[in-house]
Amino acid sequence: MAYTEEELKKELETKEYEYGFYTDIESDTLPVGLNEEIVRAISKKKNEPEWMTDWRLEAYRAWTEMQEPEWANVKYKKPDFQSISYYSAPKKKPKYESLDDVDPELLDTFKKLGISIDEQKKLAGVAVDVVMDSVSVATTFKKTLAEKGIIFCSISEAIKEYPELVKKYIGTVVPKKDNFYAALNSAVFSDGSFCYIPKGVRCPMELSTYFRINQAGTGQFERTLVVAEEGSYVSYLEGCTAPMRDENQLHAAVVELIALDNAEIKYSTVQNWFPGDKNGKGGVFNFVTKRGLCEKNAKISWTQVETGSAVTWKYPSCVLKGDNSVGEFYSIAVTNNFQQADTGTKMIHLGKNTKSTIISKGISAGKSQNSYRGLVQVQGRAENARNFSQCDSLLMGNECGAHTFPYIETKNKTAQIEHEATTSKIGEDQIFYCNQRGIDTEKAIALIVNGFSKEVLNKLPMEFAVEAQKLLEISLEGSVG
Amino acid sequence: MAFENRVDIDHSVHDIRMEAIKIFEEKGFPTKKDEAWKYTSLNALLKNDYSVFPKEESALEFKDIKKYFVHDIDSYRIVFIDGVYSSHLSQTSHEGLDVCIMSSALTKPKYQLVIENYFNKIAKKDDSLTSLNTAFSREGAFINIPKGKVVDKPIQILHFATGKESSLMLQPRNLVVVGENAHVQIIERHQSLTDNPVLTNAVTEIYTHKRGIVDYYKIQNDNQDASLIDNTYISQQQSSHASVHTFSFGGKLTRNNLQFFHKGEYINSTLKGITITEDKQHVDHSTLVHHATPNCESHQDYKGIYADRSTGVFNGRIIVEKEAQKTNGFQQNNNILIDDKATVNAKPQLEIFADDVKCSHGCTIGQLDDEALFYLQTRGIPKKEARALLMYAFANNVLESVKIPEVKIRINKLIAMKLGVNIGFDL
Repeated sequence: MAYTEEELKKELETKEYEYGFYTDIESDTLPVGLNEEIVRAISKKKNEPEWMTDWRLEAYRAWTEMQEPEWANVKYKKPDFQSISYYSAPKKKPKYESLDDVDPELLDTFKKLGISIDEQKKLAGVAVDVVMDSVSVATTFKKTLAEKGIIFCSISEAIKEYPELVKKYIGTVVPKKDNFYAALNSAVFSDGSFCYIPKGVRCPMELSTYFRINQAGTGQFERTLVVAEEGSYVSYLEGCTAPMRDENQLHAAVVELIALDNAEIKYSTVQNWFPGDKNGKGGVFNFVTKRGLCEKNAKISWTQVETGSAVTWKYPSCVLKGDNSVGEFYSIAVTNNFQQADTGTKMIHLGKNTKSTIISKGISAGKSQNSYRGLVQVQGRAENARNFSQCDSLLMGNECGAHTFPYIETKNKTAQIEHEATTSKIGEDQIFYCNQRGIDTEKAIALIVNGFSKEVLNKLPMEFAVEAQKLLEISLEGSVG
Repeated sequence: MAFENRVDIDHSVHDIRMEAIKIFEEKGFPTKKDEAWKYTSLNALLKNDYSVFPKEESALEFKDIKKYFVHDIDSYRIVFIDGVYSSHLSQTSHEGLDVCIMSSALTKPKYQLVIENYFNKIAKKDDSLTSLNTAFSREGAFINIPKGKVVDKPIQILHFATGKESSLMLQPRNLVVVGENAHVQIIERHQSLTDNPVLTNAVTEIYTHKRGIVDYYKIQNDNQDASLIDNTYISQQQSSHASVHTFSFGGKLTRNNLQFFHKGEYINSTLKGITITEDKQHVDHSTLVHHATPNCESHQDYKGIYADRSTGVFNGRIIVEKEAQKTNGFQQNNNILIDDKATVNAKPQLEIFADDVKCSHGCTIGQLDDEALFYLQTRGIPKKEARALLMYAFANNVLESVKIPEVKIRINKLIAMKLGVNIGFDL
C-alpha cells in the first residue's frame, strides 16, 4: 500500500498527545504569586528547620535581583512569575501502607502511563519513588535499600531525617545563585528526591522517580540531590509525562550529583512533558539546571531522551574536578510541531587525565527548532584532558531548523579535543532501499531514526530503553524525511 | 563633529556617514559582553589616545619597503602611508579597468553610479566598528573590473604606518566590484614600520557578479605593536567564485570578520586561513557564510598553531536559510597548542533551516604526533626542523589552494621564519 508523505504528515499532525489526561485529586495549593511570605509558607508547610528556611530566603532575595536569561536560541512568552502557584501537594495524607490505600484515581493515572506500581514492583530491580505534584506519595523497595545503608527518599524527608547530609551537599554543585531558574528553584522547591549511597556500596537496583505535573497552573520545582560516597555506584532514572494543559506550565528543576572518589553515577532521563498541540498552543517550559561534580577517578554519565516540552532549556553538565575523572553525555532530542529545544552539555576539565564524551543526536520535524549548545573547557592545570564530541542532526521537512553552537575553550597544550557535527536528512535512497525490501515508508523512517539514535539508546538502562524507543516512535511517527 | 571638516560634506555619502556616526555613538566599541566578542577584548587597545587623521604626510622610499611587496611579480599597486595615498609608490590604472583610490571614486562624477549602487550596501550597518569606519574613513582602494575582464596581473594593496604620530588609528575603506565573467586577484597587507601603536579598522566590500572570480589574499605579518580589525563583506551573484585566504602571523591583536552573502545559485565560497602566533598575540577569526539560495557550496578551513602565551579564537558560522536547499557547507578548524600558556577558543556554529543539505563542521585541538616526530628524528632530521615540517604539513591544506605561486613561496618563507627554521618548504 502506498503511504504518501502527505498522509504521514497528516497523521502526525492530528496525533493527539497520548498521555494527556487530568487526574482529579484534591490538592492543597498556596495562593498564587511569589514573595518572602510564600517562601516562608512553603518552608513551614514542609516543617523545615530554620537553616533551610533561611537558605530559601537567601536564594529568593538573590533571585529578585537576577534577570531572566535570553541567550538561548528559543522564543517564548516569558512566564509571569506572579501568576504561578508555588506549592501544591496531594491532600490525602498520611502516606499509604499498601497500594490498596492509594487513591484509585492516582493508580489509574499510572496505569494509563503504563507504569502501574504493581508492575513496577514485580519488575525486579526497580524502586519507584512516585512524585505526584511535588510530594512523594509512595516509596517502594525502601527496605531492601535500607539494608545496604542506601538512603532514597524525598528531599523534604531528607531535610528532616538527614539534615547534616543535606546541609553538607545541597547547593555545592549548583549554587543557589547559579542562574535565574536555579535561584528560583532554590527558593521555592517543593519536593524532589534525595539519594545517598554509602562508601563502597553498589546500589543493587535502578532507582527511579516519575515526576508529573498535575495541578492546573502549578509550576513544578523539583530538587534532586544524589550523593555517591567513595567507591559506590548508582544508576538513577527519571521519567516524565505531563497531562494536557492549555496554558504554559513552568518546570524549573535542579539536579545535583556528587560523585566522590572512585564513585560512579549514571543518571538517565526520559522527558515527555506535554509539547503543546500542533498549533504550538500550550506545552511545558522546561528550564532545568543539572550538574554533577566528579572527584578523583569518579564517573558521571548523563543520558537523556528529550521528546516533550514546548520549550526546553537544559544543559546537564560535569565538573571534572578530580584527576582521572570521566564525564559522559548521551542525548537524543526530538522536536516536532512548534517545539523548541536548546540543549547540550558542559564539560569542565579541571583535573589531570580527565576524559569526556559527548554524543548528541537532534531530530527536528514539523516547524520545530532544535539546538545543541555545549561547552568543553580545559583549564590550565588539566593535563592530558581528552574530549570527543559528536553532534548529529536529522532534519525532516523544510520548515524546521537544526543548530549547533559548540564552545571549545582550551588553556592546556596537552589537551586533545575533537568536535564534529553533521546535518542531514533521511536519504531518499535509504527509504527506497527499505521500500524495495518490502518495508513501508513509515517503518523505514522508524528504522532509520532508530539507527541514528542507537548510540544513545544503547546507553539507557534496559527498562528505559523500551520506553524511550516507544516515545521516539510516537514523537516522530509520520514525520517524513 | 570635529572630524567633519576633514571629510567631504557635500557628497551623497555624507548622509551615510552621519547615520553611521549615530550608530557608532549608540553602540560604542564592542565589549566581551557581546556574544561575537566573547573571547576578544579591545580594552587594551582602546587605552591609547589615537590620532585619527595624521597631521603631516610622510614619504617612503621604495627600496625601504620593497620587502613588504610580493615584488617578484608584476602587479598593480595601491600604496597608502599613514592612511594617505602615495602616488609615487603606486601603480594604478584606468585602462579597461579601474584600480584607483576611494577618495577619487567618491568625488569624481563618473563613479557616482558605482558608489550609489555599492558603497556601504553589503557592509553590516548595525556593526559598530564598521559604522566607525563608514563614518571616518577617508581613503582606500577602489577596484572596478568591468564585465568579461580578466585582470592581467594581481593587485596589491599596502598600508604603511610610519610612526610619525605617537599612536595612530587607520580606517581604510576598500570597494571591489567584479563584473560578469571578470576575474581578479588581490593581495592585501598592513605594515607598521615603527614601535608606536597602530590600530587599523578596515572595511572591505566585495561584489562579484555572475560567474565572476575573486581571489583575495590577506597577509598579516605586522609587528607586535600593530593591531588590525578587518571587516570584509562579500556579496556573490550566481555561479561566482570567491575565495579569501588569511595568513595571520604577526600583529598584537588581529580580528578578522569575514562575511559571505549569497545572492544567486551555484555559488562557491572559500574561506581559508593559517594562523601561527607567539608571545602574547591574539588572533580571532570570525566567519559567516550566509546561504540564502539553493545549490551553493562553501568551504572553510582554518589551521592554527599557537605558541607562548598567544590566544587563538575561531568563531565560524554557517547559516542555511529555508530556501537554500542542496547546500553543501563545510567547516574545518584544527588547532595545535605548543606551549602551556597558549589558549584556543573555538565556536563553530551551524544554523540550518533547510532539510536537504549537507553540512558539517569539525574542530580539533591537539598536539603534534610524537611518533611522527620520532620517526623524522630517526631519519636524521633535527627535532626543531622535524617539528617545523610537521607543522608545515598540518597547514599545507590551506596553502594548496593559493593560486599565485609567488604568494605561495612568500607564505612558505614566512612560515619557516615564524617557526624559526631555515628550510624551504618547496617540497
